[in-house]
Amino acid sequence: MTRIYPDTPAGPFDPPPVVFTDAENRQIEIQTYDGGPIDPFVTMYLAFEPADRAQGIPPTNESRIREWLDRILIDDAVNVYATYDGGVIGHATLVPDGNDAYELAIFVLRAYQQSGIGTRLIYCLLGAGQDRGVERVWLSVERWNAAARALYRNVGFEPTDADGFEFEMSLRLSARQ
Amino acid sequence: MRILVGIDQSDRVAPVLSGACQRLSDGDSLTVAVVTPTDEASIDELETAVTAYVDANELGATVTSLSGHPGSELVELAEREGFDRLVIDGGRRSPLGKIQLAALTEFVLLNATMTVTLIR
Repeated sequence: MTRIYPDTPAGPFDPPPVVFTDAENRQIEIQTYDGGPIDPFVTMYLAFEPADRAQGIPPTNESRIREWLDRILIDDAVNVYATYDGGVIGHATLVPDGNDAYELAIFVLRAYQQSGIGTRLIYCLLGAGQDRGVERVWLSVERWNAAARALYRNVGFEPTDADGFEFEMSLRLSARQ
Repeated sequence: MRILVGIDQSDRVAPVLSGACQRLSDGDSLTVAVVTPTDEASIDELETAVTAYVDANELGATVTSLSGHPGSELVELAEREGFDRLVIDGGRRSPLGKIQLAALTEFVLLNATMTVTLIR
């Protein structure tokens, strides 16, 4: 399938590290993952609200979570994560799709949603992606998830395939100057 | 029961057919319909792959080909010939691991009047 990307590139975006205070007055730190133990991510996904799962991810039990993370926390992908009080509470990822483009997804624990962390995570992820020379990014979102679609649109994503149950959007990243 | 399996992608022939066979009971009959592929394979190549799998595993299934719009052709055949159940692929995953419903899967789920099984 040939995916269409916007002509106008989005960005530039600032890469991690970023420290900020969220809407609940919590000090949140966003960093790039560059190897290291996956256990802090496993802990986050074990605490993930099952009702917030989308299209089968994240998986629900520990062995499947580990199996899934082993395919995502890889050198060829771009991963950034948010911590509060030492624990991972958010994670965003760009996974290579084998066609020179990257699939994006973002996960935030329920207690930390709607406080500006998701938007910061996406900006940081795209900034880290720019540093790695990523140019084309796409995602799919459930079509009834209007909040997520609005967030992605604000970042610069445009709809590419609105025919199915899933709503696809894409973005072209500007090259880092 | 008379079961109709729809196949639309060459790399999913084995998982879908083996998944369908695991759910068979004594006396069930199996028909496999090859539809216009969603990947680069031609319908003839896909039918050859399906026939080879059916023969190699001695499934004793009838294999047929449906040209035209995959979803509507499949649902129409199932209704016209009174199949009890339709079995199709439902297990595609994005690079990130998200479950993706192919166009065929969506069409069948929304239009079939008989029970549908998705193989994951």
